Amino acid sequence: MTIEKAQKIVSLEDQMEERSRLRLQEQAQQPDEQRAGPSSPGAAWDRVQISRHQDRPYTLDCFDRLFDSFREIHGDRKYADDRAIVGGMASFKGAPVMVLGHQKGRNTKERLERNYGMPKPEGYRKALRLMKLAEKFGRPVLTFIDTPGAYPGLGAEKRGQAEAIAYNLRSMAGLRVPLIATVLGEGGSGGALAVGLADRILMLENSIYSVISPESCSAILWKDQNHVREAAQSLKLTAQDLQRFGIVDEIVAEPPGGAHNDWDQTTSALSRALSRHLEEVSALDPEDRIDSRHEKFRKIGEYASRV
Amino acid sequence: MSPLRYDGGMAWFKREKRPFRALPEEDRRVRTEGVFTKCPDCGSIIWNKELAENFLVCPRCGHHFKIGARKRMELLLDDGEFEEFAAGIRSSDPLEFEDRKNYRDRIEASRRSTGLNEAVICAEGSLRGHRVVCAAMEYSFIGGSMGSVVGEKITLAVERSLERKIPLIIVSASGGARMMEGVLSLMQMAKISSALSRLDREGLPYVSLLTDPTTGGVTASFAMLGDLNLAEPKALIGFAGPRVIEQTIRQRLPEGFQRSEFLLEHGMLDAVVQRKDLRAFIGDWLVFMDHAPSR
Ligand SMILES: [Zn+2]
Repeated sequence: MTIEKAQKIVSLEDQMEERSRLRLQEQAQQPDEQRAGPSSPGAAWDRVQISRHQDRPYTLDCFDRLFDSFREIHGDRKYADDRAIVGGMASFKGAPVMVLGHQKGRNTKERLERNYGMPKPEGYRKALRLMKLAEKFGRPVLTFIDTPGAYPGLGAEKRGQAEAIAYNLRSMAGLRVPLIATVLGEGGSGGALAVGLADRILMLENSIYSVISPESCSAILWKDQNHVREAAQSLKLTAQDLQRFGIVDEIVAEPPGGAHNDWDQTTSALSRALSRHLEEVSALDPEDRIDSRHEKFRKIGEYASRV
Repeated sequence: MSPLRYDGGMAWFKREKRPFRALPEEDRRVRTEGVFTKCPDCGSIIWNKELAENFLVCPRCGHHFKIGARKRMELLLDDGEFEEFAAGIRSSDPLEFEDRKNYRDRIEASRRSTGLNEAVICAEGSLRGHRVVCAAMEYSFIGGSMGSVVGEKITLAVERSLERKIPLIIVSASGGARMMEGVLSLMQMAKISSALSRLDREGLPYVSLLTDPTTGGVTASFAMLGDLNLAEPKALIGFAGPRVIEQTIRQRLPEGFQRSEFLLEHGMLDAVVQRKDLRAFIGDWLVFMDHAPSR
C-alpha cells in the first residue's frame, strides 16, 4: 500500500470517528424519554427502562458506598485508557479487593467521556490486567456490569474487540482468585460477559442481562422498532428469568420503584450479599474454585436428546 | 500447482466418482442449472465438476464458495472420512420464543433444508494421519447461530479432545449467538471458553479456522482462542456486523474492512490460507504441536 493511500484511509477513519462522536453528542442532548422510546405496560420492558434509568446508581456511585477507599488505576499498558471501564484497589469491610466495572456518564460531557459505558478492546484488556494483578497478590476480584454492549466501531474492530472479549473469558475461567460479578443495570451481551465469567453472579432486582437489546431484536426479527415490548418479553432478560435458568446465584432486592429511589438502601443490600458470597467462595482451594466455576457454566443450556 | 500436491492420499480421486452433492441453500442461489454454477464474484460460469475438483473455489478468481459442515469435514479429513458424535442433540426451544415466525418452525425448516439437526457437526477423524476431533459449523442452519445445542456440542468436542488427548479443530461459520435462545446463547460463550481454558492448561493443540462469515459471539469466544487462528481468503470476520457498524458511524465502511486480509494486517490472524492448502498447512502445524514434554 502506498503511503498516500494509507494516509487517506487513516484520515477517512478519523472523519468517521468524528462523525460518530458528533452523533453521540446529539443523542446525549436529547431527553432520556425520547431516547428510550415510549413506555409500555410490558413487565420485561419496564425492567429494561428501570435498568437504564438516568438516576440509577452507576458503578462509581456503588464504589463510593460499598468500599472504604478506592484507588483507581488506568490503562491497558498497550494502547490507551478506556474510560468506559473503571477499576482499582478498594477496601471492602477492611480487606483489600480489586474492583472494576463499566461506567456510564450522567450528563452530556460524562456520557461522551465514558462512551455510554461501551468499552473498546483496551477497556477489556485493562480489566484483565487488573484481574491478573489481583491474582498475583492473592486478592479477590469484584466486577460490576452496566453496559449497553461492547462498542461497535471501526477502531474497536481493528484493534480486536472479539479477541479481547474471548481472551478475557478464557483467562477468567482459569483465574486463581475469587471472582464475583454483579449486574447493576444493563447486562449488554458480550460486552457485559467479558467481565462476567465469575464464581458467583448477582443481579440487582431490576437489572437485565441479554444476548441482544430489545431494540435490535425488534429491528432484526420484526423488521421495525415497534416491537420492543414483545422482544423484551421474548428474550427472558430479567433477573428472575436468569435465576430460573440457573445463571444467577442471587437477586439483590431494590427499594420500591427501583434503585434510583434510594442508592444507600440498594448498596447496603448489595454489600451484605457480596460479603456472604465472597466468604463462601474464598473458603475454597484455588483448584476447587476453578473447577466449581467451570461446573457453574458447564451446566448452562437447555436442549433435547433424541431417544 | 496441482491441488494433489497438497494432499497426502488418494482422497480426491475417490471423491470425483461420487455424485455431486446438493449445495446448501446459500450456494444454490448461484446455480444456473444442475451442471454449471455462476461465480458471485467474477461472474464466470463454472462447470460443477471443475468446481468440485477445485475445492469449491472459483478457478478464475479464487472466490471461496461457502460450503456446508459435511463437505467441510470431507475436504479437511483423510479420505473424507469421519465418525460423527453427539448428532442427536436438538433444541428444546427453552424460551418458547415467538416473533413473526415460530422458532420451532425455523428449526424444522433448517433441519429439512440442511439434513442436519443443528448448526454444527462434531466428529473424530484423521488429518494427515493425526487423529483429531473436528467441529464444523453449518452457516445455512439459522445463520450458523449458536444456541444451547451448538454450545453443548462444541463443549463436548473440547471434552472429547481432552479425554482422548488429541488435537481439536473447530471450523467456524456463524452470525454469532442465537437470539431465539436469549441469554442461554450468550452463556455458551462462557461455557466453551471455560472448557478451552482446560484444554489450554493441558497443553493440547487447538486450531481455529474462521470461514465466511464469522461474527458476533462466536468470534468473541472460541473462534479467536486457537493456538492458531486461521482464515480462508476474504472471509468476513468481526465482532459487530458491518451493518451495525455502519449504523453507528453513519458511513459506508472502507473496502475490505473486516475481511481476512484486514485482520491479518492488524495482527488478529496467524495466517490466511487457501482452501486447497489447508490440509498441508494444518498438518504441518500438527506435527509441530503434537509435542509437549510437560504433558
Ligand atoms: Zn470467480
